[in-house]
Amino acid sequence: MATIEGTTTRSAWLTGVRRAMPLVLGYTPIAFAMGVLAQKAGLSTFNTLAMSLLVYAGSAQLIAVGLFGAGAPSLTIVITTFIVNLRHLLLSAAISPKLKGWRRGEIAAFAYELTDETFAVHAADPAPQLDKGVAFGLNLTAQIVWVLGTWLGIAAGQVIQDVRPLALDYALPAMFIALLLMQIKDRIQVGVAVLTGLLSVVLLLAGLDQWSVIAATVIGATVGLGVETWIKRRSS
Amino acid sequence: MDQTTVFLIIVGMAVVTYIPRALPMLALSQRKLPEPVAVWLRYVPVAVLSALLLPSLVVQEGRLDLSAGNLFLWAAIPTLLVAWRTRSMFGAVITGMLIVALARLVGVG
Repeated sequence: MATIEGTTTRSAWLTGVRRAMPLVLGYTPIAFAMGVLAQKAGLSTFNTLAMSLLVYAGSAQLIAVGLFGAGAPSLTIVITTFIVNLRHLLLSAAISPKLKGWRRGEIAAFAYELTDETFAVHAADPAPQLDKGVAFGLNLTAQIVWVLGTWLGIAAGQVIQDVRPLALDYALPAMFIALLLMQIKDRIQVGVAVLTGLLSVVLLLAGLDQWSVIAATVIGATVGLGVETWIKRRSS
Repeated sequence: MDQTTVFLIIVGMAVVTYIPRALPMLALSQRKLPEPVAVWLRYVPVAVLSALLLPSLVVQEGRLDLSAGNLFLWAAIPTLLVAWRTRSMFGAVITGMLIVALARLVGVG
């Protein structure tokens, strides 16, 4: 039995690695660009890699690199990171029903590698419960690629002057477009996507800055719940 | 700023990033959530991804930019079509980046 279980686990991990492949394509250029910019902002190789290992959050890292470069106060950098990453509260809550029966240590390890992208792939999994092997295979692959991409960026930082001609800055929007489409399964969700996107833009322009994503998400999901409840009541 | 201070800031960033990632999962995963909460949470993936995406396409340097020169916005259309027709994240990312790189090469955006 032990061998059979061993094989299943191994093939589950491989499935996870395979599911991470599209993220590899998106993460590499972003991590690369982050490495280049961190090097230019004066962060040591050790610290840049430490950030990708310990913080592991794309947009927050890019913002922090900008703040380091501008010589912002320590507390400002930490608080900004906190606010930018606070949306993970929602992702963490949303994925929790798929982790029934997991041990606390496993959940704690899984949470460490919860990003917008790994969350989106896990959330699109049609199975009601996540397979641990698949989940960890995907998460670990994604973070390894993130760290390796960062390291490549640091190494290339000496020769690259500008990341724009390579379109590295478009990897993230393109990946979000694909991840968003993976989630949409019915018309209410299309409506929620459009409404939340517009709200996020309006709130950002109104000066909510880092809070705009969270505020728009909460309102958008609430409208989705409202419409779904209303349709159910009407049809019953 | 010396590198030791930078490292300490990074540790601080790691702590404030991990807590919101872990707490809801640890608190909620073994509970049966009330139906409205479960339904609400099912709308979070669509909502959060759209809230992250749209500003990155239409807001450039703090302003709404729907002009013909906003490459990020117009490159999103073929990217969306590829993502929708092929259901391939790979194809979508390659398409988007190629279009933006080519447009910049010929001097658009």
